[in-house]
Amino acid sequence: MKTIGELAKLVRSKNAGPFVMTIDIMFADSETYELVKKTGVLNRRMVSEIYQMSENQVQFFEVDNCYAFKISIPRPYFQGDIRDSDSHAGQQYAPFVNLLVPGT
Amino acid sequence: MVAAEVRILAGSGVCGAGFRAESLEEGIGKKPHFIGCDGGSTDPGPYPLGSGETAFGRSSIKRDMRLMLLAAQKEKIPLLLGTAGTSGGHPHVAAAKEILLEIAEEEGLKFSLAVIHAEQDKNFLKKCFKQGRIKPLDPAPMFDEETIDKAERIVGMMGEEPFLKALDNGAEVVLTGRSSDCAIYAGIPVREGIPAGIAWHAAKILECGAASVEQRKTADSLFATCRGDHFDVEPLDQDLRCTPQSVASHSLYENADPFRLVESSGTMDLSTSVYEALNDRCVRVSKSRFEPATKYTVKLEGAEKVGYQTIVIGGVRDPYILRQLDSWLETGEANIHMRIADIYGDTITRNDYALNIRIYGKNGVMGPLEPQKELTSHEVCLILEATASTQEIATSIATIARHKILHEPIPEWSGLITGLACTYSPAHIERGAVYRFNVNHVLEPMDPYEMFPIEYMNVN
Repeated sequence: MKTIGELAKLVRSKNAGPFVMTIDIMFADSETYELVKKTGVLNRRMVSEIYQMSENQVQFFEVDNCYAFKISIPRPYFQGDIRDSDSHAGQQYAPFVNLLVPGT
Repeated sequence: MVAAEVRILAGSGVCGAGFRAESLEEGIGKKPHFIGCDGGSTDPGPYPLGSGETAFGRSSIKRDMRLMLLAAQKEKIPLLLGTAGTSGGHPHVAAAKEILLEIAEEEGLKFSLAVIHAEQDKNFLKKCFKQGRIKPLDPAPMFDEETIDKAERIVGMMGEEPFLKALDNGAEVVLTGRSSDCAIYAGIPVREGIPAGIAWHAAKILECGAASVEQRKTADSLFATCRGDHFDVEPLDQDLRCTPQSVASHSLYENADPFRLVESSGTMDLSTSVYEALNDRCVRVSKSRFEPATKYTVKLEGAEKVGYQTIVIGGVRDPYILRQLDSWLETGEANIHMRIADIYGDTITRNDYALNIRIYGKNGVMGPLEPQKELTSHEVCLILEATASTQEIATSIATIARHKILHEPIPEWSGLITGLACTYSPAHIERGAVYRFNVNHVLEPMDPYEMFPIEYMNVN
């Protein structure tokens, strides 16, 4: 079984404004993207479990024209506020890197 | 009216982040109708907006501005500079304007300048709030008149209309306060007859400079040609390539929704966009749409001062402490609060300061989002962070925190222990004033110009 990190060409996270963060999981070609999509391993529920929040807080997109999955969630703390630990939200994608993709 | 072609040169993703001088020159060779560049973002956090400072240094901004100004003047084309000085408030615009005038003097340039302001008058905001014209976005912090009073400043994000008005009134260089990055680039092509969906999508790609290339090396310029039902985009550094995927994926970057991007005058709909490679480094985009807004809105950004902060950085390596780290810190924290109460009594209560202990090696990066709960590292880094109404109190609390954590006992050891490896002497670092974003709202103005007064001047 391969991991998302091994299959993707880019996994990243970033602020989408100071109040929301967004995670992009991008693949190099439609074959790999479709393969991962078919497994259903990436979905709103698993994202809500990773980040320990309710499913309705998670926006989940399949972006076919760039072979990407996109996830947007509210920040636990607004950017730069006391207790915010990642001003650019640049390292919040980490739990996806070692995620195993069944059937790969 | 259908325009034959509108050619646009984006200097860089941010004025101050840089670009290759050769790339700008290459772009000029393609005869652009105008040059655009934004100067900011909320990406550096609330500090620049709150403090009035710029995120990039003066010299970085001046270098980029000089090259773009010289190129625009030589070609006799407009230069549109949005979101001056990172946040586009009064001090940011003043700083950028000073740099611009300094360059003009050094280079002996003469041009008509429009400076468009975006920092909002607090009485105007209160009036709009009372009239119900300020509406929350999601998620939004609490907003009322007190929010307006507490804010160091609140800026409005202007659309394309004030830029066009300034150009209509003869401005050759337009320097603005907070503006939509895309509005810098979309106004002119839309007015020249390019379909709005094409112009706005091109603007979205242009506003980040060369960020939409396959292997980004560094910040650089980007060129787009809008033509009838499509636009073509290409990097100017011959070593860089735009591919259908690299351009398509740029709509993901820093947006919550990859298909719908909201601007003051409408919403881009990129769900039907088609991307095709024209060659190995140029991409053609078509079928993007733009839905005009039923109600024109201006996004507000504000920052308020939280207080002053002092931190202590240290490490823990003792395996006995590490195996009970949470409870050790919990007791330590309680002792810190007790000591503060001893010293300050009723004059400083728990509501008057914030003590935060960050644990790197555990959940320092992800905080409450961290799915891995157990500690597996052989050492951790602690940041003891005190925030209070004055720097003096913050530092006092940080020094108390250092001393308490330093000697916090564990049952395994009898006698005085020193459980924190402090990095520096003095152990504390004063961080100065800290701010927070306190507005995520839109304002419904009477018209797109109401909030953005334009000041005209002849530079010579």
